[in-house]
Amino acid sequence: MSPRVVFPNTFLPYLLVAPQLAITLVFFYWPASQALYQSMLREDPFGLSSRFVWFANFRKVLSDPNYLNSIEVTMVFSTATAAVALSTALLLAVMADKVVRSRAIYRTLMIWPYAVAPAIAGMLWLFLFNPSIGSLAYGMRWLGINWDPLLDGRQAMVLVVAAAAWKQISYNFLFFVAGLQAIPKSLIEAAAIDGAGETKRFWTIVFPLLAPTTFFLLVINTVYAFFDTFGIIHAVTGGGPGKATETLVYKVYNDGFVNLILGDSAAQSVILMVIVIALTAIQFRYVERKVHYG
Amino acid sequence: MATVDLKDVCKVYAGGVEAVKGVSIAIPDKALCVLVGPSGCGKSTLLRMIAGLETISAGSCAIDGKVVNTIGPTERDIAMVFQNYALYPHMKVYDNMAYGLRNRGTPKDEIDARVRSTAKTLELEHLLERRPRELSGGQRQRVAMGRAIVRNPKVFLFDEPLSNLDAKLRGQMRVEIKNLQRSLGVTSVYVTHDQLEAMTLADILVVMNAGLVEQSGSPLDIYEKPASTFVASFIGAPPMNLLPLRSGHLEGAVTLPPVPASASTLGFRPEDCEIRTEGADAVADGALRLLVEVEGVEPVGAESFVYCRVGGERMVVRVPGRVEIKPGDQLRTYARQEKLHFFGSDGKRV
Ligand SMILES: Nc1ncnc2c1ncn2[C@@H]1O[C@H](COP(=O)(O)OP(=O)(O)OP(=O)(O)O)[C@@H](O)[C@H]1O
Ligand SMILES: [Mg+2]
Repeated sequence: MSPRVVFPNTFLPYLLVAPQLAITLVFFYWPASQALYQSMLREDPFGLSSRFVWFANFRKVLSDPNYLNSIEVTMVFSTATAAVALSTALLLAVMADKVVRSRAIYRTLMIWPYAVAPAIAGMLWLFLFNPSIGSLAYGMRWLGINWDPLLDGRQAMVLVVAAAAWKQISYNFLFFVAGLQAIPKSLIEAAAIDGAGETKRFWTIVFPLLAPTTFFLLVINTVYAFFDTFGIIHAVTGGGPGKATETLVYKVYNDGFVNLILGDSAAQSVILMVIVIALTAIQFRYVERKVHYG
Repeated sequence: MATVDLKDVCKVYAGGVEAVKGVSIAIPDKALCVLVGPSGCGKSTLLRMIAGLETISAGSCAIDGKVVNTIGPTERDIAMVFQNYALYPHMKVYDNMAYGLRNRGTPKDEIDARVRSTAKTLELEHLLERRPRELSGGQRQRVAMGRAIVRNPKVFLFDEPLSNLDAKLRGQMRVEIKNLQRSLGVTSVYVTHDQLEAMTLADILVVMNAGLVEQSGSPLDIYEKPASTFVASFIGAPPMNLLPLRSGHLEGAVTLPPVPASASTLGFRPEDCEIRTEGADAVADGALRLLVEVEGVEPVGAESFVYCRVGGERMVVRVPGRVEIKPGDQLRTYARQEKLHFFGSDGKRV
């Protein structure tokens, strides 16, 4: 690490970071504190007045079976999304690493899906797998699969996971390609001379050396699955059937903007905030300690 | 344990670069063969073809009498020490050394015994639990050596293994490598561009230039009878003095011994040249006598290098001890007839 630059002046540094601080305060801390405040209010049924109830909203939310279901859905959804997105991207990156000709074109094509907006991506998958008009759904029925994500909660989950993962694969792919390129070729050669076949080399050398990248992506993907998949879920299933694909973020929206239970919704978003802070903290700790080899 | 035979080996890279243009070398069992040559002459390429890391475009490479052209590095039973050591950064020293043995299914206690005894030989015992990044450059180098030795392969390949070490450590490791190689008796190929390393290590020295072998043989033979001006100027520090002959005459020569008709370059080693200010007759008959002007003097302690100019050409004289010579002095220098080398217009020895 290079030595830190020290400013002798005490005022100038604050001045220089002031714009950044102002933006953070106005756009992050202020809404966050509003959410925190709101999470302790309860409105009357007509939305005319509200009173301060301390942690009653949290207690209510956390004991709500729908909320607990939503936590479970989120866990399943984000684990599956991260797992699918990571493993597919890694597989593609390893294969792209072997492509000798027109490498650049191949990589560029792989990156395109990332430029597709989540809602559009959702629509795409929705159309492809729509039980009545989807071309792939037709194919699946032809294969004898009773495909109906509008009724079957599990199939709906598969569909949103697929759409969400598809969207994230390009991003992961980019990082994996860069990570693979950062592994010195001589290490692979040394391992080959040391008698390790291709599969063995991958699992004993390449994969451990990719661990920092993988871990970083794991956190990014989990956060993505938690927070940025609203558009996809909204477009594909709308949280249904029943509440089979209602993730935490989707429930915040549903309770807040559809059902207008603002206090509950705010309490939920505060819980979400705590989760994301915890995730980030784990990332920083873990990445800095464990998976760097230097 | 194994011989290495290269027959007309060629390498053309995908981009059309001809890196090796037909090299034949026969390395007997237990010998240490050093490939030396200027940067880009194809040394690493040749070594990597022996390792199986590069395909062989033409010709054949045989290890232990068996042609290995189509066999991958995994099955060749060779070990290689890389210039950057290529230690696995996520493994401890112990695991770095054990990796190759584990891959080949060696029983656990045998791995342990071999790793520990190798670590003992290389004085690495106290480092076994460390990661590569926690080692100094010299220690990493030793681990890389250990990783090669522990496998007990048929052939060792070294690609400039000492070039990242400081001069003193390099000297030490050079001796150590030589001793290890002798005591283990493993056929080795060693690539370097350091001619001192090449001279001291080699049983067989191969001087390469532009993808071809310029000369091969024992180091002292090559030193005493360089086959071309290229070899003459590459082997030896400072290199051989090469002076152009113009139709049998040498500018600045007081007397010139008989010159072969086809010779166009005259060469002599800096240490085969003497400076005498008087008693010229004491020099044997037929010696080369030159009148030179001193350009500079470099005393390095035990000896001094006197840089001179003769008839517009530069030359060096190596004198033992110190000398009382200043730039601008006019001197007479002598070189015995039997110490002279002649090269034709194509650069080949005549
Ligand atoms: N992968 C490659 N693709 C194309 N050309 C290559 C490749 N590797 C090496 N070359 C070329 O082949 C020639 C020989 O390279 P090589 O690495 O064998 O040289 P070297 O003798 O080891 O040099 P140095 O002492 O600098 O290591 C060089 O001209 C180099 O540019
Ligand atoms: Mg090289």
